[in-house]
Amino acid sequence: MALKASALKVGDTHSERVVENLSRTQIVQYAGASGDYNPLHTDEVYTVQAAGYPSVFAHGMLTMGLTGKMLTNWVGDGRLTKFGVRFTNQVWPGDTLDAKATVAAIREENGKQVADLTISTTNQDGKEVVSGTATARLDP
Amino acid sequence: MGKITFPVEASHIMMFARAVGDTNPVYHDAEAAKKSEVGGVIAPPTFAQAVAQFDPDYHLRPKAGEKWFGSAKGPSGIEGKPASSGGLHAEQHYEYIRPLRPGDVLTVETKPGKTWEKESKRAGKLTFRERVTEYRDQKGELVMIARGVGVTTERPVDQG
Repeated sequence: MALKASALKVGDTHSERVVENLSRTQIVQYAGASGDYNPLHTDEVYTVQAAGYPSVFAHGMLTMGLTGKMLTNWVGDGRLTKFGVRFTNQVWPGDTLDAKATVAAIREENGKQVADLTISTTNQDGKEVVSGTATARLDP
Repeated sequence: MGKITFPVEASHIMMFARAVGDTNPVYHDAEAAKKSEVGGVIAPPTFAQAVAQFDPDYHLRPKAGEKWFGSAKGPSGIEGKPASSGGLHAEQHYEYIRPLRPGDVLTVETKPGKTWEKESKRAGKLTFRERVTEYRDQKGELVMIARGVGVTTERPVDQG
């Protein structure tokens, strides 16, 4: 399902709960799939005793991947032309994340309609963990 | 840094999509994907990061015969390892020319970008390093550009 330019306006939003009560196992699953085995994400003993953090925490790229799921569910498959984020706060086991996209502009690019989106993913305390932007191709 | 060959495989895409909790059939069901707008299985938008699996020198993967800084008998397998392993991911940006598909064999080249510093109350001196990565397909065509920014902190990020 792709978005139609004719049915979309600036300020429209879409949000999804992209993870509830994030488990350490899901973080391990992401380490295995992505190949990033940094023990800060999977090894509680190292992270607490050697690195000095309160617990392991999620890969930034896991949070970006979770946020991307909300985006592709909304704009459709293979529709993104750009997707970029800043990681503004760490994501911890037990976090519940809501990802939201807002239409910032609808414009033409290379003769095709696209939407520029602003993105924000927040945790259960309302703290932003990812902020970013994306551009997606629209149907007329 | 040399060029990396990154074969894109269906089972790897399936595992990656599972890890981000994405049940969209276009990432794991070839039949359903064939009937979709994209005409076949594609990779999710952040999949390109998994190129790390194919980097022979990737420093965040334990390697046979080498000491690993994660815990074993003690909290770290490398004694005298500084308290903060330092590297955190600050930003990631992608430009997509086309989706990645199983069967693609990508050639991936990373070049260093800008470096800058900033003072932070929560983590001391921050050093930011940018890396720009180009993904080219088996025809030599550019399919994707990634720009990552890593940050090393002077001390662990204060959670206060």
